[in-house]
Amino acid sequence: MSTRASRLAGDRLLQTMSILVLALSLVALAALLYDIWSDGWYRLDWQFITSLPSRRAASAGIYPALVGSLYVLLVTAVLAVPLGIGAAVYLEEYGGGGRFARLIEINIANLAGVPSIIYGLLGLSLFVRAFQMGPSVLAGGSTLALLALPVVILSTREALRTVPMSAREGSYALGATQWQTIWHQVLPSALPGILTGLILAMSRAIGETAPLITIGALAYLDFAPSGLMSPFTVLPIQIYNWVSLPQPAFAENAAAGIIVLLVLLLTLNAVAVVLRDRFQKARQ
Amino acid sequence: MTRTSRRWTEWTIERALQACAAGSVLITVGIIGVLVFETVAFFREVPITDFLFGTVWTPQFSDAQFGVLPLVTGTLLVSAIAMAVALPAGLLSAIYLSEYAPARVRRVVKPVLEVLAGVPTVVYGYFALLFVTPLLQTVFPTLSSFNALSPGLVMGIMILPLVSSLSEDALHAVPTGLREGAYALGSTRMQTALRVVVPAAFSGISASFILAMSRAIGETMIVAIAAGQQPRLTGNPMSPVETMTAYIVQISMGDTPTGSIGYRTIFAVGMLLFVMTFTLNLASDWLRRRFREEYA
Repeated sequence: MSTRASRLAGDRLLQTMSILVLALSLVALAALLYDIWSDGWYRLDWQFITSLPSRRAASAGIYPALVGSLYVLLVTAVLAVPLGIGAAVYLEEYGGGGRFARLIEINIANLAGVPSIIYGLLGLSLFVRAFQMGPSVLAGGSTLALLALPVVILSTREALRTVPMSAREGSYALGATQWQTIWHQVLPSALPGILTGLILAMSRAIGETAPLITIGALAYLDFAPSGLMSPFTVLPIQIYNWVSLPQPAFAENAAAGIIVLLVLLLTLNAVAVVLRDRFQKARQ
Repeated sequence: MTRTSRRWTEWTIERALQACAAGSVLITVGIIGVLVFETVAFFREVPITDFLFGTVWTPQFSDAQFGVLPLVTGTLLVSAIAMAVALPAGLLSAIYLSEYAPARVRRVVKPVLEVLAGVPTVVYGYFALLFVTPLLQTVFPTLSSFNALSPGLVMGIMILPLVSSLSEDALHAVPTGLREGAYALGSTRMQTALRVVVPAAFSGISASFILAMSRAIGETMIVAIAAGQQPRLTGNPMSPVETMTAYIVQISMGDTPTGSIGYRTIFAVGMLLFVMTFTLNLASDWLRRRFREEYA
């Protein structure tokens, strides 16, 4: 039997080590942000955002990549959002634990664990080759939509589950059909949760690099995409391209590109928080 | 609206929503179909035993050899380093958050961990290559500028939030009665945490570990940027290695004609990657379900 002092010492040791570990991960995050900011801040100006990439690091910009990212994100959202919400509504409101629903549930859980680069191989073979889309905005957006779909479905289901049963029962009691109940009662009150999940899924899509490289998105592009069938590049690929060049001046461009990417992500997440708050207030 | 038309609308909507749900199955069918199709074509040209047990990977040389083992060891080496960081650190922070931390600390720490999990992987790649590697080189002067160590460590930081949040869920699900029983017998918090709560949550915690391993094996950009692109059969974390994912990126960045053997290698490697991560995901899912049954 250990003495009281030594027992409490062990207790303190565990607590200290845990706090140390958490502090270290905070330090790592701080180091990451500081490193990128100090490398890239002075490259950030309007010219950097509106210029085409160039072989001269000092005059290179991210315009085509930024526009490409927004185009691809738009296609991803248009495809993944209705499909994902539809699937989630089916599983949560209609599926009823049948064998079909259960099969789909296992399937979605597994899809969420497939490495993103595998989706790239699917996109390459299916969209780029078989459907002959080429390495276009449409092919890229479709590939990312497949990747985002499981995330959208899982988060939407989570949001639908928070709607109390009594809301549905009240609607049925007034003579509404199942779809009327879903459309007028369930979806509106689950909306803040759904939106938050959607923005989360989209912010993951905007940071994806590997699947788009795999489908053959270009690393160097001196024009912005102009339509669904345009070739494209995205911000993370542009960053990857600059990081892999040996000259330090390009690494600074990469850091500045990362700052832009992180600001985009931060904006998306801030929008999510504001939307959620507004809806919550509106409901109270 | 008449009664029949209303019923018709309801039926149509339900079928349309069902089709959305069924669409997700098509993705799985598509992934497996594409990988199997290209991999079978690959194995018609390269014997499967050469691929699985060969120790030299030089698909782009004129004397092409297709032994995938260097890519597999490269992947496992980097993942092992990441696990060495993420598992102990993730479990410790989960124990702290679930058993010790006051609500105030949790409110600060959890969003920070979420931010760590949300940073795009290309950003971690930049950090590994241009910050962590030079830092490590001041300690180990022999460290090459591409190596397995630095991306492994950074990947560990990236995966830490996953381990921490899933393990915390598992610890949280352990009934309070078990803790109270331990306290009643005179245990300290540490004894309760390490000898009662952690063992009780064992399968949930292992599920999070296995999922973390699967995530590490499939991670691409950190290794593509910071580990190098030299497939070599080595256990030395100081030397450059190439992982399976980094190889797929390397080939995709070049011009490899469709239908060529070089084009098919990325699908064969992708197939192996899919089988490895899929097995781990199934194992993790099985453990998690078993854990849920224990306390149902």
